Amino acid sequence: MTRVNVVLLVVLVSCALSLVTSRHQARRLFVELTREQDQARQYEVEYGQLSLEQSTWGMPARVEKIARDALHMQLPASNRVEVVGVPNVADRQ
Amino acid sequence: MNAAFARRIRPVPVAEMLSRPRALALFGALAVLFLVLLGRSLYLQWLDNDFLQGQGAARSSRALEIPAHRGRIVDRFGDALAISTPVKSLWAFPDQFEASKSEMASLAKLLDTTPQRLSARLGENADFAFLARGIAPETASRAMALHIKGLNEQNEYRRYYPGGEVTAHIVGFTGDRDQGQEGMELSQQAWLGGAPGSRRVIINRRGDVVEDVAAIRAPRAGRDLALSIDSRLQYLAFRELKAAVAQQKAKAGSLVIVDAHTGEILALANVPTYNPNSRNKVARDAMRNRALTDTFEPGSTMKPFTIATALEAGVVHPDTIIHTEAGSMTIGPNTIHDAHRAGPLTVEQVIQKSSNVGAAKIALSMPATTLWQAFSAAGFGTPPSTGFPGEVSGRLRPARSWKPIEQATMSYGHGLTVNLVQLARAYTIFATDGELKPVTLLKTDGTVAGRPVIKPETAREVRHMLELATKPGGTAPQAQIPGYRVGGKTGTARKNENGEYVHKYVASFVGLAPVSNPRLIVAVMIDEPSAGDYYGGSIAGPVFSRVMGSALRLLGVPTDAPVDNVVLPPPGDDVKEET
Repeated sequence: MTRVNVVLLVVLVSCALSLVTSRHQARRLFVELTREQDQARQYEVEYGQLSLEQSTWGMPARVEKIARDALHMQLPASNRVEVVGVPNVADRQ
Repeated sequence: MNAAFARRIRPVPVAEMLSRPRALALFGALAVLFLVLLGRSLYLQWLDNDFLQGQGAARSSRALEIPAHRGRIVDRFGDALAISTPVKSLWAFPDQFEASKSEMASLAKLLDTTPQRLSARLGENADFAFLARGIAPETASRAMALHIKGLNEQNEYRRYYPGGEVTAHIVGFTGDRDQGQEGMELSQQAWLGGAPGSRRVIINRRGDVVEDVAAIRAPRAGRDLALSIDSRLQYLAFRELKAAVAQQKAKAGSLVIVDAHTGEILALANVPTYNPNSRNKVARDAMRNRALTDTFEPGSTMKPFTIATALEAGVVHPDTIIHTEAGSMTIGPNTIHDAHRAGPLTVEQVIQKSSNVGAAKIALSMPATTLWQAFSAAGFGTPPSTGFPGEVSGRLRPARSWKPIEQATMSYGHGLTVNLVQLARAYTIFATDGELKPVTLLKTDGTVAGRPVIKPETAREVRHMLELATKPGGTAPQAQIPGYRVGGKTGTARKNENGEYVHKYVASFVGLAPVSNPRLIVAVMIDEPSAGDYYGGSIAGPVFSRVMGSALRLLGVPTDAPVDNVVLPPPGDDVKEET
C-alpha cells in the first residue's frame, strides 16, 4: 500500500512539475509569437512604404521627364523606324 | 532524570483534563467558526463570483485593438495607385506642454520648422494643438525620444496616390477615417476597407502580453484591388489629352482606351484634373470623371450604328447609291445640311465623308423601332456599368415618341446623349465580329464573351467603312498611324444649351486598330475647342493617332501595314463635316 502511494506521489509531483514547465514554455513561446507578429506587421508597413516609393519613382511621367531632360532621349520619327516582320508562331512550328 | 522525563511526557487522558461539557462547548465554537469560513468561501465562490472575476480580469487582462489597414489599389501590373502607410501625428495640450529652449530647438529641427512656428501653433488653440501631422514614424519616435513633457503621439494612416493627377479620376480618394469619397475608393469601399479587430490578452505587472485569452473580433484586413488600368497607357493618354486641350484652348476633354478583346478600360483620362494628394483648393468641377459622369450629343460618331442597322435590316448594301440632294434636305419645317457637299454617295461614302443627309435618308427608310432597338442593343441609354460611382446612362428616348425629324437627326447623333465610355463600348461591336463587350474598370483574366448584336459580315463591312474615313477623301486622314491600319469615325457636334444649338462644339473621334484584328478602341472627346478649328478630324484625330500608335507599340501589337502607309490629302482638299 505504501509503495503504491509513493509511486503515485512521484507521478503526481512529476506531473505538477511538467505542468509548470510546459506552462512556462507556453508563455515564453507566446511572447516570441507576439514579437514575430509585431515584426511581421512592421515588415508589412515597410513593404507598403517601399512599394509606395517604387510607384512614386517609377511613375511614367517621371521616367519620361528624366529620359527627355537628363538623358536627352527622344522618340524616333516614324520615317526612321524600320519594321521587321516577325514570322508567325504558327509558321515556325 | 530519565524517569522524571518519562513521567512528564506521559499522555494525560483527555477526560482527565477537560470535563465533557467544556469539550463540547469548545468543539461547538470551533465548528461555528469553521462554518462561517465555509459560508464565506461559498459566498465568494458562487454568489460574488462574477464581481471578483471581473476585478481580477480588470487587473490582468486587456482588450487590444488589432489595426487593419485599407487595401491597396493597383494597376493591372500590380503597381500601386493608392496605398495606405502608417504615419504619426504629434500633439499636446498647450497648458501641459513644457519644453526648454534647447528642447524646442531640437524638436523644431526634427520637424523641419522653426521654434517660433511651433510656439505659434501651440498658441492658436488653448485646448489642443497638433505640432506635426502625418509625419514618418521614425521622425516621430525621434521626437518622442526628446522626452519633452506634454508631447504625445498618435497613430494615423495616410493614403498616398503615387499616380497623382494622372489617375485621380479613376482612383478617387478617401476622406476622414479611411472612408472612400470618390471614384473606385468609394464604389469598392466594402472590398478595400478593413475592419479592425480586437483580442483579449493577459498582461503581467510590466504590461507585457503574456497570454492570448480570446479573439473578440478577428481583424479583417482590406483587400487589394486590381484595376484594369495600364499605367503606361494611362500616362500616355493623359499627356496627349492634356496637350491637346491646352493647344485647342478647350474647356475640357476625355479619352478612353478599351481593350477590344476583354472590354477592360486600359486608360481613362480627363482634363481638367486635380492632385489627390493635396486637394485643399480643388474646384468640384475638376473632380468630375467626365468620361463617365457627363453626357454629350455624340454627333457623327453615331452614323456607323445607323448604317449597321440598315445593313442588318437589308435596306441598303455598302455600294447602294444615296442621293444627298446637294447637301441639304427638308423634313417638315426643318432642313438638315452637310458641311461638305458631295452629290450622290455610296453607303460607304456616307460614312467616309460623314454625310448627314445620307445618314438621315437611310434612317428614314427604316421604322423608328428598328433604329431604337439597334441603338439600345449597342448599349445606348443604359449605363456602362463599369462599377464606377455616378456613371450616367445617357438619354435615348423610346421610339414611339420620335418625330421624323428626330429620327433623321438621331441617325447622325443629335437628340440623344451618351457618355464617352458608352460610346467606346458601343464600338466594340465593330472591333469584334459584332459582339458588344461589357466594359469594366477591374482587371479581368482571359477574353470575355460579349453579347452578339450584329452579324459578323456587317461588323466587317462597317469596319471597312471606318477605315475609309481615315484615308484621304475621308474626314479624318490625321488619324492615320504609320505601320497600322486604323478605322474610326469623327464627330463634330454643336452643343445644345437650354434647347438651342449654339456655336460651341464637341469634337470627337472614336477609332479602332489594327483593322486586320482590332486590339484597342480609343475614344477622344474635346469639349469646346476654341483655338479656331473645331472639326473632329483635325482636333481629335491627331490625338487618337498619337495615343493609338504609341499604345499599340507599347503593347507589342504586330504592325499590319507598311510604315509609309500614311497618305495625307493635299492642303485644302480635306473633307469637313459637322455633327
